[in-house]
Amino acid sequence: MKNNELVDFSIDKENNTVNVKRVFAAPISNVWAAWIERELLDQWWAPKPWKSKTKSMDFKVGGRRLYAMVGPEGEEHWAIADYTVISPKTNFKYLDAFCDSDGNITEDFPRSDWNVDFTESGNTTIVYVTIKHENLSDLETIIEMGFKEGFTMTLNELANIFLSNQI
Amino acid sequence: MRRDVFQAIADPSRRAIIGLIALQAMTPNALAEHFDTSRQAISKHLKILTECQIVKQDPQGREIYYKLETAKMKEIDEWLEQFRQIWENRFNELDQVLLTIKTIEK
Repeated sequence: MKNNELVDFSIDKENNTVNVKRVFAAPISNVWAAWIERELLDQWWAPKPWKSKTKSMDFKVGGRRLYAMVGPEGEEHWAIADYTVISPKTNFKYLDAFCDSDGNITEDFPRSDWNVDFTESGNTTIVYVTIKHENLSDLETIIEMGFKEGFTMTLNELANIFLSNQI
Repeated sequence: MRRDVFQAIADPSRRAIIGLIALQAMTPNALAEHFDTSRQAISKHLKILTECQIVKQDPQGREIYYKLETAKMKEIDEWLEQFRQIWENRFNELDQVLLTIKTIEK
């Protein structure tokens, strides 16, 4: 494992938010590009062995990204991001949802509200992600829907790193 | 009243209490000495933690000690760990992508 910056991860039960903070050793314009350009986004958005496949992406207020998380067996979980606020190289917000491959939203699953902030600090860029859920049990469902199988492998591999990282 | 475990860790004081009793079982009075808040406030947190099944009462003579339910904590930790993993993996990939962007710009 490389000497990577660690993710600062917390759950705020009172506000039903998941907060993620991470420092990147890159200029803000590059980090911003990696979040808003589909070719770049698809390279990192899905944690291995899953792959991100963007079918369409219109990064503007009122625009939508339609993408799939593709599993190792070829299974697809489709999702959308509807962009609601964009301040270039500073912040963007979107509403996510699960859907089918045509972007028809799965109604029985609540959407969550994403806020992504970018701050330049010297030669690095700090990214803050806040995901607001209607309730935290949604999170468990998200794991079950998309990631459970894919992560079992990497979990075992990486578990040791976090053994000391108790709450 | 049944509560879910995330209520236990939502509050900074409760996280501090968990941290203390993880080291050794403690009475509410002993716990209160570590905080600026009242003994009543500590009792309220302990009540919530008990309802979340994070801590368990352990009467010893006239005193009631509170001790950690380690199985429950492990459950939370494993659950949170999955999320942290998702973001760790994802952002490690992003690091690689950012390296390629740098190369492109040179």
